[in-house]
Amino acid sequence: MKTEAETLHGAAQPRPISFAFLAQIILIMNSFIMLYPVVVMVLSAFKTTGEIFEHPFALPDFTQVQNFTRVLGETSMPTYFVNSIIVTGVSILLILVLGTMAGYAVARYESRTNTFILLFFLAGLMLPLKLAVIPLFILLRDLGLLDTRWSLIVTYTAIGLPSAVFIMAGFLRSLPSELEDAARIDGASEPRIMWSVMLPLARPPMAIAAIQNAVPIWNDFFFPLVFIQTDAYKTLPQGLTTFMGEYTTDWGMLFAGLTIAAAPITLLYIALSRQFIQGMTAGAVK
Amino acid sequence: MPVSPKQARTWKHRSWVAFLIVPPVVFMTLFVVYPILSAFAYAFYEWRGLARGEFVGLANFRDVLFGPTMAPVVWNAFLHNVYALVALMIIQNGGGFFLAWLLYKEPFGFRFHRVAVFVPVVLSTIIVGFLWKLFLNPNFGLINQALYTVGLDSLAKPWLGDSSTALGALILANAWHFVGFPTLVYLAGMQRIPSEIIEAARLDGTTEWQLLKNVVWPLVAPSTTILFTLLFIGAFNWFEIPYVMAGLDGSPFGSTDVLGLVFYRTAFGNQSASIQNFGQGSALATLIFLFIVVFASMLTLWLRRREIQF
Repeated sequence: MKTEAETLHGAAQPRPISFAFLAQIILIMNSFIMLYPVVVMVLSAFKTTGEIFEHPFALPDFTQVQNFTRVLGETSMPTYFVNSIIVTGVSILLILVLGTMAGYAVARYESRTNTFILLFFLAGLMLPLKLAVIPLFILLRDLGLLDTRWSLIVTYTAIGLPSAVFIMAGFLRSLPSELEDAARIDGASEPRIMWSVMLPLARPPMAIAAIQNAVPIWNDFFFPLVFIQTDAYKTLPQGLTTFMGEYTTDWGMLFAGLTIAAAPITLLYIALSRQFIQGMTAGAVK
Repeated sequence: MPVSPKQARTWKHRSWVAFLIVPPVVFMTLFVVYPILSAFAYAFYEWRGLARGEFVGLANFRDVLFGPTMAPVVWNAFLHNVYALVALMIIQNGGGFFLAWLLYKEPFGFRFHRVAVFVPVVLSTIIVGFLWKLFLNPNFGLINQALYTVGLDSLAKPWLGDSSTALGALILANAWHFVGFPTLVYLAGMQRIPSEIIEAARLDGTTEWQLLKNVVWPLVAPSTTILFTLLFIGAFNWFEIPYVMAGLDGSPFGSTDVLGLVFYRTAFGNQSASIQNFGQGSALATLIFLFIVVFASMLTLWLRRREIQF
């Protein structure tokens, strides 16, 4: 349908439209390649292993949900799922709280140490903490946090904090000072001005900072691999490897597990694609 | 600034600012600055499991770079990281540039295509790696099935089991995973080009290719700089896709081994040989880190110079 519409429209101006036609074909092919594996994953989750091999391309019977009920009832996937939600949620909360505190101080109060503090966080933005995983491992062991959800929460917070400070400081600096001056004349205290006057305006940058960090935290695999041994504390990506080891031949189960793991972030992305794209490319787009 | 100097000096005001600034700074110091500085220090010590032994100077660095057991593995892996960087620069970032140009013209359905290209970016690498491992399966994988269907049986092969194709397969899976990112960064870069510039070039009768090469490409140079720097850091930290698709040993025969896997094996051991050596691991991490910092900043400075202001 799409391509036909383009060619019909193009009858009047042949040269530029032939380019548009080619572009359309490339884009459709590309979107097909991007979505096909995901579609196969979801469709196969509704099939038995036999059906997957016999009719790999057929539409399944969507009422056939026993793979999902088995994944949720018989495996540790629900535990991994809950752990992922706790770890991602608490990390984002800490990133936003600490990032807003530092960002607000740097943006709204003049101080000689401001440049130093921003440089300090800038360094954190550049350094891949992955390469410091050995000392981090020993530090977490000494703090008694190794093999707990907290080991992941503090690591993700440390990784996400610098970008949140920059996003928050950049936005808060742009707010006019008349707002706080008016509140100050009315006798409002500094904490009160921050909480009731400035922060209600800062929801958009908070959303960007949250989204920018939520996807990598939800999907991270490296730090759980190093820090977590106990099955009860594993997050989804790490739990999936355990799960895939147990059900190597039960394809229906495997695809149902993958679908459940991918669903929250993918559905959220489809619902909020504009904000997701803006948030995830925020570091690379001025 | 809104706060008067007199006010700023009051104890109450200072303690409020300190209350805001101290917790984040302490947190960063403890969990970022301290580990990174320690990583350098650890590399100069001998380690017995988790216990630090004596100071050994540069011995760990020597073992990593020139030792008979470590050095061949490290250099082999380094070469694969370089391959991945070059290939991804062309396929992932270059492909992203062309896709962005197609989307920039806002053809029919461009909103759908823009959302679709970014779907794999939000998926977990575990899922991406697993799906591609299935598609590349020699017996029932989609890729070989498709080749049989169109009669190109001779081209079908065990993509991940053949040491001549395994690394290429991982690179393509990675490109599928992340091509949406450069695409949308370039798209944002193109949308910032003043439309008069493109209109003027069009009126001068430039061809599509000339427009892309002489106008668009130079004007999105800031995006290129950032994307290249991020890809550089990512390529030398590459771990997840090789780990999921080829395993911790970079099979077959080390043909997919990369520095991230070598680092993980050295520091935390693996099933076949569960010896961990934090000293050599830290030395390798320090070397990767210094390599990234030195080369990434040199390349960034060089790329910055060719950016045009508009």
